[in-house]
Amino acid sequence: MTVDVLASLPRLAQRLGGEAAHLAAAERLSGGASMETWAFALDGPNGHEDLILRRRSAPFDPETARSVSLATEAALIQATAKTGAPVPPIRHICDDADGLGEAYVMGRVGGETLGRRIVSDPKFDAVRPKLARQCGQVLVPIHATAPPPGLNLKLSDGEGELNRYEEVYRASGAERPILDLAFQYLRRHLPAPTDPVLLHGDFRNGNIMFDAEQGVAAVLDWELSHIGDPAEDMGWICTNSWRFGRPDHPVGGFGEYADLLDGYKAAGGRPVELSRVRFWQMLGSLRWGVMCLTMYLSWASGVERSVERPMIGRRVSETEADLVVLLEEGL
Amino acid sequence: MITHPRTEELAQAVGAWIDQIRPSLDPRNAFLARVAANAMATIGRELTLGPVAEARAIAAMAEVLGHEGTHGELNHALCERIHAGEFTVETPGLLAALKIMARDQIAIDQPNYKPEGTPPPSPRQLPGA
Repeated sequence: MTVDVLASLPRLAQRLGGEAAHLAAAERLSGGASMETWAFALDGPNGHEDLILRRRSAPFDPETARSVSLATEAALIQATAKTGAPVPPIRHICDDADGLGEAYVMGRVGGETLGRRIVSDPKFDAVRPKLARQCGQVLVPIHATAPPPGLNLKLSDGEGELNRYEEVYRASGAERPILDLAFQYLRRHLPAPTDPVLLHGDFRNGNIMFDAEQGVAAVLDWELSHIGDPAEDMGWICTNSWRFGRPDHPVGGFGEYADLLDGYKAAGGRPVELSRVRFWQMLGSLRWGVMCLTMYLSWASGVERSVERPMIGRRVSETEADLVVLLEEGL
Repeated sequence: MITHPRTEELAQAVGAWIDQIRPSLDPRNAFLARVAANAMATIGRELTLGPVAEARAIAAMAEVLGHEGTHGELNHALCERIHAGEFTVETPGLLAALKIMARDQIAIDQPNYKPEGTPPPSPRQLPGA
């Protein structure tokens, strides 16, 4: 089903702002393969509102999808907001009357999400040293949130993730010695079991809105949220593929391990050992490597024809270049 | 391989043409065109750097495995020994060999990528400096 978003937005603006409201602006911000983000604004009796529409543009299969439904995503944002996590305000969850398919509307939060700007733009020089600590702090309310009932979030731990990604790797037919060695090493260094918590699941530089004065403004992109080891969220933001050319700053390309861990502890989180974060960081590189392989496979099988897919396949070597150093250093 | 033009020069010419028409495209196609131009650059680097990288990988893998073979045979054998648990991070020469292979491959795929362990940029390399 093709949805004409631009044609549906004026009606949505009236539904949100009242009969007298009208659509003031609309612009598509980004379009992944399955998800669209639109910025729009409405003017009405209650004034001007800047809003974001997030909608799924490809069918959602809850059986096979790694991601959660958009309704679940909105419910998680609302739940974590109540425990004090910085998240965008959810304004509306779309239904059939909106004619937009699976979608929700949130208030627009100002700031920057582009990872490269956050690690290198002089505008962020003053706030940059504070960001790693803030990232540790904001994970505490997220991890302390009791997931709303009935969402059926996936539960995973280190061993489960390794099994899942190794199965994909073996099935791909690719033979990459560094990936093999990383699977072996991580299986031999599984962290002790821990009480599972709600995870953001994609907590990395690029999915966080940063304000140049205040730092963390909002945690975005909740579609990979699940239940698991708190160190998973910490390790993913340390994975070098998301450091945007600054591997010398392990946290997101902007900060240091100690600040992330201290921020988490100071905000009341149960202390996490660095080796545990490094386990998840290495698994993060390995996971991204396998994901790059699956991007190539989706092209090779003819499911996707975009030139982007096989080129992402060539990003496996970035994870190999990172993994071989991590394997030398150890956890 | 013939010259006048060499294969990498064909890739270079196609890449330059894609860059030339990019500004006239809609945002989605402009993005895909950038990816396509990058693919042409990767092809060019593989053609020029690939043979040396492959020879070096063969030598490194043969050294660790203790036998000769083609790149495919050695790579397969290496993966099997690791998967079977016979080779580990402790195996003499293994990580050093893998590091050479990883560095050579990233030089082809993404020469600007800064892997783990890359020292910080010197002040004059920083943007705005």
